[in-house]
Amino acid sequence: MRLVDLHWLPAMPSAAADLRALSRAGAPALADLRPLAAARLDFVQTATLDRLLARALATPDRHLRPLRIALLGSSTLAHLEPALRVAGFRRGLALSVHRGGYGQYRQDLETPSPALAAFAPDTVLLALDAAHLAAGADPGLDAAAARALAARSVDSLIRCWRRARALWGAQVIQQTALASAAVPLLGANEPRLPGAPAALLAAINALLPDAAASEGVDLLALDAAAARDGLFAWHDPALWHRAKQEVSPAAAPAYGELAARLLAARAGLSAKCLVLDLDNTLWGGVIGDDGLEGIRLGQGSAEGEAFAAFQSYARDLSRRGVILAVVSKNDEAAALAPFDHHPDMVLRRADIACFVANWNDKPGNLRMVADRLNIGLDALAFADDNPFERALVRRELPMVAVPELPDDPALYARAIADSGCFEAVAITEDDRARTAAYRADAARAALRETETDLDGYLESLGMVLRWRRFDRTGLPRIVQLINKTNQFNLRTRRYSDAEAEALIADNASLALQLRLSDRFGDNGVIGVVIGKRADDALFLDTWLMSCRVLGRGVERATLNLLASEAGRMGAGALVGEYRPTPRNAMVRGHYAGLGFAQAGAEDDGAETWRRDLAGFVPFATSIAIEEARP
Amino acid sequence: MTHDSIALEVADIVRDVLDAPDLAIGPDTTADDVPGWDSFAHINIVVATEARFGIRFGTAEVETLHNIGDLVALVARKTKVAA
Repeated sequence: MRLVDLHWLPAMPSAAADLRALSRAGAPALADLRPLAAARLDFVQTATLDRLLARALATPDRHLRPLRIALLGSSTLAHLEPALRVAGFRRGLALSVHRGGYGQYRQDLETPSPALAAFAPDTVLLALDAAHLAAGADPGLDAAAARALAARSVDSLIRCWRRARALWGAQVIQQTALASAAVPLLGANEPRLPGAPAALLAAINALLPDAAASEGVDLLALDAAAARDGLFAWHDPALWHRAKQEVSPAAAPAYGELAARLLAARAGLSAKCLVLDLDNTLWGGVIGDDGLEGIRLGQGSAEGEAFAAFQSYARDLSRRGVILAVVSKNDEAAALAPFDHHPDMVLRRADIACFVANWNDKPGNLRMVADRLNIGLDALAFADDNPFERALVRRELPMVAVPELPDDPALYARAIADSGCFEAVAITEDDRARTAAYRADAARAALRETETDLDGYLESLGMVLRWRRFDRTGLPRIVQLINKTNQFNLRTRRYSDAEAEALIADNASLALQLRLSDRFGDNGVIGVVIGKRADDALFLDTWLMSCRVLGRGVERATLNLLASEAGRMGAGALVGEYRPTPRNAMVRGHYAGLGFAQAGAEDDGAETWRRDLAGFVPFATSIAIEEARP
Repeated sequence: MTHDSIALEVADIVRDVLDAPDLAIGPDTTADDVPGWDSFAHINIVVATEARFGIRFGTAEVETLHNIGDLVALVARKTKVAA
């Protein structure tokens, strides 16, 4: 996970082709460029997008906040400009960049050229290379002389900052020193040579935070980024000699992103609220199916500890002013249970300002969160382990930040941190009290109708439902699903291994395993249906599904499949039964929703439903149905 | 990977860097033939080629490149593809 790879942005396989097509066409529409700016692009693609952006912004867009930034430095900076503008656009800024003369930052500030004076920057980014900052380094210096040299370097930076403020009232961003010029002379004990470049640069970087804080200057922490990624991910010594590029062009997109975050934070455009999914995001497993004892959280497994660590990270974010919310596909009671009763939960109900657990689509629920908290959708960042949900939210609500999450929960916190959604420049008492205040507001706020173009999204997924009769290979997963699925389970009839195995050769029954794949990959076996002949009908002894694929029309596609297979078996109707349990309220309306008519009710709440197959018209779905051959 | 597929990819990199999606590129194409192919673009072409093929050119090697054919041959050599 390197910052230079922009791993929190989604990959976009069509980016290269899309950029070429847009380059050939006339003036692009800004809306066509947004998905590209939100995707993981390399530096060449970033430069192409920057040229397209310039064409699109020939007509200014009132939704983007204009900002003028002067990029001043001591070596080559031209290759950083496109990345700055593209990253600014990603965060709602229309950046104009004025690049100072090569190596001329002092002259630019002492006696600005007429062009720079007329430009009058809002922000000055001082991008100084380490070779320049380490000028005067001498391994022969003693500790006191080296300290004095570092202090003089920082003093001269402070004079630059003050000058930028005096000239234009500009906000200043100071890039910290890369260790590019710090080739060790001693080795592991390099700090014992205080006058050598390595120690001198380290001393300068150590002095910068206090100086910047007292001068109100923001730091672009290149040294921290290189410590994460490795120096050579950011700096290529060959390119330094060839072109005096301190930051390699390959790292330019990440450089632009780090700078744009600071600009966005100053402009109040950072996200304010982290919206969390629950199952497999805050704990391992599915609370509705696995129950309090079954979810993996906290001590006892490495995975459980990783989820607890992610919760700690979220709680720490809330302590510094980020609002927390929950949006989860769950019954509310089941979703709340861990917050109230699980001993290893780090987050508690009081940490969550707005808690939404229902079976509606997530974009609609995110709108509701924004409404209840009375913040903009662009103030939300959404963390969900499920790539389906992430892509749906990106498509429906492009203003919501949706960082990619890696498969391993141990890396969730890092992914959110690296995404820079919550970049902040200072913390106030208000920040610390924020979650409590928002929770009170949300409790009062009303709900509003929400609409999502779900059909269009589902159509774009290329979903295929692959069905197959029970077989020996599939048996372990089938038995597992039958015995652990509690929520989407019409009768909650459990089967032993032997009972399920007996169905393999039972030609009078229809025992099916269902897999769902889409453009994100194969979701595995997500459903099981067992039908048994009863008089003229096929009785649906078992119908269950993984909640992970809810809301995609899988139920309707499954019914289409059942109708055709039942017809092949000579059955004239489907008969289903709903047997209520404490966990399966979500499928109470299942058969009614599929056009079944109620045919009976028992005292214990069980209901019988029937659908005749004469004249059956299949439901329209976005799912292709295929029989999987061995 | 073959010599031809390298040549196609290198040509795409050059077109992308120069923002010239329909530029005709052959082994004899040199920077002088193409408007906009300055030293800045040249570095971007080299860096993008290194990234695409997961290789690294030596400082001296870069200075021996005179045309597209040289660049393709260098990539082929570094990725162990026979000519």
